[in-house]
Amino acid sequence: MIAEPPTQDEWEHPQAVSQNTAANSEIRLGTDGGLCISLSGDWLLAGSLPEPDGVIGQLTSSSPAAISFDSAGLGNWDSGLVSYLVKIVAAARSSHWQISPDGLPEGVRGLIKLAFAVEEREGARRQEVRDPYLMRLGKSTLTWINGWREGLEFLGKSTIAFARFMTGRAQYQSSELWHLMQEAGAKAFGIVSLISFLVGMILAFVGAVQLTQFGAGIFVANLVGIAMAREMGAMMTAIIMAGRTGAAFAAQLGTMRVNEEIDALSAMGVDPMEFLVVPRMLALMVMMPLLSMYAFVMGVFGGLVVGVGMLDLTFTEYMRQTFQSVALTQIAIGVFKGLIFGVLVAVAGCMRGMQCGNSSQAVGMAATSAVVTSIVLIIVTDGLFAVMLNVLGI
Amino acid sequence: MDRSQEHIRISDLTMAYGSFLIQKDLDFAINRSDIFIIMGGSGCGKSTLLKIMIGLKSPAKGDVFYDGVSFWDASGEEQEQRKREFGVLFQSGALFSSMTLAENIELALQLYTDLSAAERRDIASLKLALVGLKGFEDYYPNEISGGMKKRAGLARAMALDPEILFFDEPSAGLDPISSRRLDDLILELRESLGTTMVVVTHELASIFAIGSNSVFLDASQRTMTATGNPSTLLAETKDPTLRLFLTRGEKS
Repeated sequence: MIAEPPTQDEWEHPQAVSQNTAANSEIRLGTDGGLCISLSGDWLLAGSLPEPDGVIGQLTSSSPAAISFDSAGLGNWDSGLVSYLVKIVAAARSSHWQISPDGLPEGVRGLIKLAFAVEEREGARRQEVRDPYLMRLGKSTLTWINGWREGLEFLGKSTIAFARFMTGRAQYQSSELWHLMQEAGAKAFGIVSLISFLVGMILAFVGAVQLTQFGAGIFVANLVGIAMAREMGAMMTAIIMAGRTGAAFAAQLGTMRVNEEIDALSAMGVDPMEFLVVPRMLALMVMMPLLSMYAFVMGVFGGLVVGVGMLDLTFTEYMRQTFQSVALTQIAIGVFKGLIFGVLVAVAGCMRGMQCGNSSQAVGMAATSAVVTSIVLIIVTDGLFAVMLNVLGI
Repeated sequence: MDRSQEHIRISDLTMAYGSFLIQKDLDFAINRSDIFIIMGGSGCGKSTLLKIMIGLKSPAKGDVFYDGVSFWDASGEEQEQRKREFGVLFQSGALFSSMTLAENIELALQLYTDLSAAERRDIASLKLALVGLKGFEDYYPNEISGGMKKRAGLARAMALDPEILFFDEPSAGLDPISSRRLDDLILELRESLGTTMVVVTHELASIFAIGSNSVFLDASQRTMTATGNPSTLLAETKDPTLRLFLTRGEKS
C-alpha cells in the first residue's frame, strides 16, 4: 500500500490512523477559471471508492478549458486513487482538455506518469470476435482435417522409422528398450492381474445368474474362457495400458519437447522417431500380447473362484470345461488383438507427446489426449475386428 | 587456423512462421574461429535464426552455407552428416533427464564412434573436467544447479569435438558470477580448440566480453541493421535503436 507518511499527530494518536474517512471527490470552480477536482478522505482499496463516471460526466457536460486538482483534504491513498485518476486523465486526453496534475501528491503524479509512459500498442488489445457460423464450421473442419493429416504423417514417419529398425539402420539405445519393456510389461503385472481377475469374476457372476436358471451353470466356464481369450483380456489390458503407459509416453515425450531435449537430439543428427518412438512401440508390441495372454489366465481364475464358490463346481470340472471350450484360435485372436492394441496405444501416446506444445499445461493435455485417443482407437478397432472375424467365420 | 576464412554464410535469408514475417534479407558471414554474436531485442528472431542454422527449422527463403556448401539444398543424409559438425548448447541445457551427465555426453560418442564403453567414459570425464565438473559423471541433471546444467550441456555439445558450437542464450537464468565464468569458459575453449562459436544473446556484458563479431536483428524493421565488432558498433553506430540496445536504453 502506498500512503503518505503519518503526521506528528498521527504518531502521537495512532487510534486516529485506523479510523479512515470516506473517499470523496467534488468539482468546484478553480482559481484559474477552469474546474478543480477536490479530493478528500482516505482513498484505499480496502475501503469504499467512488466511481469516476460521475466526475467524468460532469466534466463532459461543462467541457472545461483547464482541469486542476486539490488534494489538501486527501488522507491515506493507494492504487485505488491512482486507478480513479488515470480514468479521469484518459478522458481528459481523449477530449483534449488541459489537465494539470500539480495539485496531486508527488507519488500519485509519478504513478500517473508511469501509467501513460508507454502508449498502447496498436492491435494489442484482444477483441472478442465471434465468427459467423459457416466460418466456425469451416475452421473446425480444417482443424479436423489437419488433425488427421498430422496423424497420418506421424504414422508414416513411425512406419519408416520402424522399417529402419527392422533393417538394422535405426539409432536407438538397447538399454532403453529393455527398460521400457520392463516398465510396460513386468511393472504392469499387478494392475493387469487385479483387473483381469475381477473382470473374470464379474463375467462369471453375470453368467451364473442367468445360466443356473436353465441348469447350465457349468457353461459359465465357456462364457468366461471365450470372452477373456477373445475379447476382454486384450481389451481390458489395452485400456489399462492406455491409461498407464500411453499417458506416461505422452508425458515423457511432451516434457522432453518442453525441455528442448527433442531439439537437442535432432541437432545431434539423431531422428527422434527412431530414438524415442520406435523403442516405445516395440516395448508395447512385445509386451501387450504377453499381457493379453496373462489377462486371459487371470480372468479364468476369477471365473473359477465364482464357479467353485457359487456354482459348486469342482476345480477339475471348471478347468476341463474351459479347456474344451477355448480353442487355440480364440487365444490367437486375443494375442493378435493385443499386438494391434499395443501399436495403437504406443502410436497415440508417442504422437500426442511429440505434438506437445511448449508449456506445462500442454504436457497435461498431451497425456489426457493420448488416453482418449487410445481408448477410442481400441474400441473402434475392436468393433472392426468383430465385423471382420464374423465375415471370416472365425 | 586462418581466422579470416569464411566458415558460415547466411545468404538472403527470410524467416517466417506461416504468413508471419520474422526477419528478411539476412546476409552476413561468420569467419572461422570467430565468436559471433547474434543480438537483438526479445522476440526479434535470434533463436529462430539459430534453429535455421542448425537445421531444426527451414527458412522461408534463402540458405545457410557451411564452407561454401549449401545446407538447405543438401539431401537429408548430407544434412545429418553436417549436423555432426555442430555442438549446440540450448537455453535450458536440454540435458536428457533420464541419463547421468556422463551418459549424456557418451550418447553421441556411442552413436557416431566405435569407441569402447571405457573409452567413451574417459572422453565424457575429460569433457566434464574441461567445463569444471570433474567428479559429477554419475549425477542426474535434476541433482545439479542451473549453472552446472549449462556447463554440462556445453560438455555434451563438445562431445564430438565439433567444428562449430552454437549457444542459445547461454547466460539466461544465471547469476552474474556464473555468467562470467561461462563467458570465460567460452573464450578459453575458443583459444584452445579454435572452434567457431555462434552465440545468441542479449546480455550486454557477454556481448562485449566475448564477441569478436556480431549481427544486430532489429525487431521493428524486421531485418539486420548492423554487423561488426560489438565495441566498434557501440563507438561508431548512428542507428538509434542499436545505440539504445548497446547502451542498455541510455539516450545519447
